[in-house]
Amino acid sequence: MSKKNITLSVNGQTHTTEAEPRELLIHVLREQLEITGPHIGCETSHCGACTVEIDGRSVKSCTLFAVQAQGKEITTIEGLGNPDKLHVLQEKFKEHHGLQCGYCTPGMITRAHRLLEENPNPTEEDVRFGIAGNLCRCTGYQNIVKAVMAAAEELNQPEAVA
Amino acid sequence: MITGTFEYHQPESLPAAVTLLSQLGDEARVIAGGHSLIPMMKLRLATPEHLIDLQAIDTLKSISIDGGSVRVGAMVTQSDLITHEALFTAAPIVRETALQIADPQVRYMGTIGGNVANGDPGNDMPALMQCLDATFTLVGPDGERTVAAREFYEAAYFTARDDLEILTEVSFSACTGGYAYEKQKRKIGDYATAAAAVLLTKNADGCSHAAIALTNLADTPIYCEDASQQLMTHGVSDSSIRDAVTSAMGQIDPVDDNRGPAEFKKHAAAIILDRAIRNAWARA
Repeated sequence: MSKKNITLSVNGQTHTTEAEPRELLIHVLREQLEITGPHIGCETSHCGACTVEIDGRSVKSCTLFAVQAQGKEITTIEGLGNPDKLHVLQEKFKEHHGLQCGYCTPGMITRAHRLLEENPNPTEEDVRFGIAGNLCRCTGYQNIVKAVMAAAEELNQPEAVA
Repeated sequence: MITGTFEYHQPESLPAAVTLLSQLGDEARVIAGGHSLIPMMKLRLATPEHLIDLQAIDTLKSISIDGGSVRVGAMVTQSDLITHEALFTAAPIVRETALQIADPQVRYMGTIGGNVANGDPGNDMPALMQCLDATFTLVGPDGERTVAAREFYEAAYFTARDDLEILTEVSFSACTGGYAYEKQKRKIGDYATAAAAVLLTKNADGCSHAAIALTNLADTPIYCEDASQQLMTHGVSDSSIRDAVTSAMGQIDPVDDNRGPAEFKKHAAAIILDRAIRNAWARA
């Protein structure tokens, strides 16, 4: 089956590549563009480890063909923060022990980021419902929820005056 | 989990999509949000040679509410249904149902058109559409026609839609009376073990309108006409609820599967329907 040219904007950078129509977005991101923050967990739309943001929606990138994302703006965990400058959510996951093995964390934080964009003052129930598409087998979720709540609180602080 | 090979098409208009589907015939499948179809393709339960993606057709993405009439384009996502305030005012049961489908990521992608057209008895919107007495618009090479939701489902994955037709719109009347969509599931995101959609309108004499439908308790969604009629005739009381539930339970035919044995599903269905009727009546 012939390959198609695909142009994707990932974390603000434009990438052009070729993929068969049946190649899933997660595979193109990881194997061709070497953007390995989004993980492959279940590959059956359940676990959310592959969550990325596409045009303002949280999407499981194992359940989308890369050709369907042609021309779209994609954000992965790499676009939220980096080791030198962690995103507030990353800081709070670290502080509140919101991860153990870390496998679910990129998807969890990418999803939490969109949740807080849409609902900056979530209740604990809102957070739990909002991350229901992301599974974690280590933490029991308690500390993940704490971390997201703490990030929301910090993001809602008025900017400190220099 | 790699799907079979296929050619990908992304037409820019509905006429272009219909023409393409007519040319490619039954080797082609239309893809909306893809969150039912792609998993089926991974399992090779679906092996289309061509995928016709509807995502570029903006005319299928609108929700319009004109007086008491609601029209929802096939490409409207579950997330759109949840966040649309005017739709919530016109038919609050739609949001209540959509919030119980899958998880946030799936709701951003999954569409009402895909949910109703797929014919999967586990999907939640088909029973809701029975309850709302909705109408589906189908467009094919011979033009446009409408089919009542209550006439649409023939068996699991078999519907009144012809292979060359595209389901383009769902329409129904506004319903601002009491409502409830109650769903028993093993875990969040799961399909229903049993679910019930109920609409009840109260007037001075009792119950002026009742509609009851059930999800995933047979190979099609079930509209419970007799149970609905009983509530309208006798009003809503402990005894009429019991009779309506008994009547509805006579229509279901669940099968043993990983959600439990059929007997358990019947037990769960009776509780869920009882709860849905009481909840809807309390809101009526």
